[in-house]
Amino acid sequence: MKKKFPATMLAALAAVLLAWLPAPAGSAAWTAIRDARIVPVSGPVIEKGTVLLRDGVIAAVGAQVDVPASAWVIDGTGLTVYPGLIDAMSTWGLPQAAAAAQPAAARAGQQPPQQQAQAQQPAQARSRGPLDRPGTFSWVKAADLVQPDDARLGQARSSGFTTAVAFPRQGIVAGHGAVINLGGKTAGEMVVAPEAGLWLALRPSGYLGFPSTPMGIMAYFRQLWLDAEHYRQALALYAADPVNIPRPPYDRALEAILGAKRVLLPAADPVQMERMLKLAADLKTPAVLYGVVRGYEMAERLKQSGTPAILNVRWPSRDRDADPEQPESYRELRIRDLAPTSPAALAAAGVKFAVSSDGLETPRAVLRALKQSIDRGLKPEDALRALTLSAAEIFGVADRLGSVERGKIANLVVADGDLFDEKTKIRMVFIDGVRYLPEPELPQAPPGPAGRGPTSGEWEEQ
Amino acid sequence: MRPLIPLLVCSAAALLAADVTVIQNGTIHTVTKGTFKGSIVIRDGKIAEVGEKVMTPAGARVVDASGKHVIPGIIDAHTHIALDSINESSVSVSSMVSVGEMLNPESVSIYRALAGGVTACNSMHGSANAIGGQNVVFKMRWGADARGLVFDKAKPSIKMALGENPKRQGSPQGLQIPGLQSPQNLRYPGTRLGVEDVIRDAFTRARAYQREWKDYEARKARGEKALPPRRDLELEPLVEVLEGKRLVHAHCYRADEILMLLRVFDDFNIRGVTFQHVLEGYKVAREIAERGHGASTFSDWWSYKVEAYDAIPYNAAIMHRKGVLVSLNSDDAGGAELMRRLNTEAAKVMKYGGLSEDEALAMVTINPAKQLQIDQWVGSIEAGKDADLVIYDKHPLSIYAKVEKVFIDGRQYFDRDEDMSRRPKLEAEKEGLRRKLQDQQKQAMPQNRRPS
Repeated sequence: MKKKFPATMLAALAAVLLAWLPAPAGSAAWTAIRDARIVPVSGPVIEKGTVLLRDGVIAAVGAQVDVPASAWVIDGTGLTVYPGLIDAMSTWGLPQAAAAAQPAAARAGQQPPQQQAQAQQPAQARSRGPLDRPGTFSWVKAADLVQPDDARLGQARSSGFTTAVAFPRQGIVAGHGAVINLGGKTAGEMVVAPEAGLWLALRPSGYLGFPSTPMGIMAYFRQLWLDAEHYRQALALYAADPVNIPRPPYDRALEAILGAKRVLLPAADPVQMERMLKLAADLKTPAVLYGVVRGYEMAERLKQSGTPAILNVRWPSRDRDADPEQPESYRELRIRDLAPTSPAALAAAGVKFAVSSDGLETPRAVLRALKQSIDRGLKPEDALRALTLSAAEIFGVADRLGSVERGKIANLVVADGDLFDEKTKIRMVFIDGVRYLPEPELPQAPPGPAGRGPTSGEWEEQ
Repeated sequence: MRPLIPLLVCSAAALLAADVTVIQNGTIHTVTKGTFKGSIVIRDGKIAEVGEKVMTPAGARVVDASGKHVIPGIIDAHTHIALDSINESSVSVSSMVSVGEMLNPESVSIYRALAGGVTACNSMHGSANAIGGQNVVFKMRWGADARGLVFDKAKPSIKMALGENPKRQGSPQGLQIPGLQSPQNLRYPGTRLGVEDVIRDAFTRARAYQREWKDYEARKARGEKALPPRRDLELEPLVEVLEGKRLVHAHCYRADEILMLLRVFDDFNIRGVTFQHVLEGYKVAREIAERGHGASTFSDWWSYKVEAYDAIPYNAAIMHRKGVLVSLNSDDAGGAELMRRLNTEAAKVMKYGGLSEDEALAMVTINPAKQLQIDQWVGSIEAGKDADLVIYDKHPLSIYAKVEKVFIDGRQYFDRDEDMSRRPKLEAEKEGLRRKLQDQQKQAMPQNRRPS
């Protein structure tokens, strides 16, 4: 790899008209990629055309585009321009430690006084019920945690990702995700939408108190939402009559529940899907299901209920250290065989779905995983849509992201061939109109002990 | 227009035929209306007719049961099968959780139970809490989704537990329960006295909650502006118990504790309780019977823990003779092991206690149905009831009897011959898939190689 890399770089630079150096350059007001193949996703492919960018926004796209004389022009001959890829459920750009446990929240309505301060290795208090607000961090916002210097951003960009929907991951009510661009000088610049939904998990605490089972967690979510509704009613009554109605104590956990646009719930299979759809209905909050390993059996119901899905594309495989004497069941074998057909099934049924990089060793592996699905019948355009416009639609940012269209944020991938072809090289990406050149592929953090990413949608049983 | 009429007649006949099954010439154990050689007509999932001589409608599907025995589907009043969570053991009152939410229709236990002649069961929350979670009654409609399994007409119920299990508080050293390392992490209660306190406290809180809502409704009716009480998912099911809308299944062993709980129920005016396990029930059978409560026990399973020592195999028969409504259950969780032979469990009460065949069969059919308040629809072979039926090759109380066919709502869900003949094909499919995946993995190897 190391030897090959400068050669690729040279080729890339040679292809560029203005071959003088500035690496993340392109800060010119106008940038044009000329004579490239353009895949807008939102419309038909333009075999030879120009994408014109101005101040971080796509100013024009088409076969015939007038390019201002002052524009920095990139020769796109032999190159293809795609919208920037979106990792629909990610931790990129967030501090890795955010996933670590934090001390349990104080009882409802109270602020934790010293407890949070002396929180090195928390002698975690045993939660005795819903009022202890176990594993609840609803007030945490990914948008407030963004780290522009996250080393993973370069890797992600090099594989064509320009945007991530990043979620905090601690506890069972982990906090609000944000749509972030994977490049920018400051954290604030990177945030495209600060409210992407509330991430919920069915990870029981084991013996550390209530809730110790997925069943207990579901009951807790219901109580939490009821409490939030009660809080809302109390606030409204108080606002109307502050003289006679007692002032409700401020509650940060419930405030943040009321602000949730949608909830992200895990569901790997049809059984969990039914549970989560029922739960979401009880919470009166739109749901996005993540995991969806057996999407090939879930497509019709997802379509009928209008629920979008975020697929974990780390396809199930036999554990490397599996006991060779222990044969897999017919059921397990079937799941392994059919999981890669899930995207095709979802697309055929008309389910809106996106994909997550979670659990994969490198961002590039997302494309390889989808290639497997393409080999099993997924249309390449559907695969691309899942990585771009569908993700933007699911999180309500399709007006600004997800396609190569006039007026959208200038997030682009420029490759020397088909994105899903193993031999294709990503030549550059643009984020907010700023160009980034690729880095060599390095393995990401290894997958967790179970061999699956945390968004596989699998429920952790105790 | 003319061809329409014959068409209509044809389709009506076809419909009729499709929906009618007749089980012919078997020994019918109705459990409630005697045993005789006869036939059963099943129409639209219900038993339309049962008797020594029945009219077989033209075009009906005929199942020949000559030399075979037919009983109503077995009902298991106490299991934990097909649940993805069983025990929310973190709190002493876990009434906010419902195992019905965790029903897993893909659990093979359902099919195994079916193969043992069980057509419905009460799958319950565990016994780690003085007041446990909500239970679920479902039918073994193998292949249906979770909602399709649930016996939705069954009255809801809740689990309670006494004795060793709910008083397990953990230990300050974390010896019994890992993770509980400090005294404040111990769970109350730590004694049998404390279990009673937890139960009384919970129902007292439920009463107060009930009153709070009544007060609010009254104020609202008077046109006052008021904040409704905070809804409490822990107390709502307990209010339902107080209002007679939810049954109680109480796990217990010792006679002294059973008496304690009887007094608690008297004080809170709680009816319709089924005592579970209840191994010392024979000592307090009269007290249980007087109050109209029931008992669901094992035939001859005991001494697996200290509080289960003072047990006798005559327990079921003695309680029955004293007027207690008695059922026999499996308490199966994962394997559906005992559940597959509840017919022979029932047979044991003939040896230990000299009960009749019908009395024995009742303990796994109509009696559990009554305890679960589903006897209006299932539990015996009577016209109008659901066609939940089991065909055995021999007398169902014989140890040699095998289940041949099982019907639920008139639909055949199990057939022994079909099952056996399907096996080689499934085995071949599985082997083919295993090879295919192995080859794929080998091909993918070079790409997936990790840096050493």
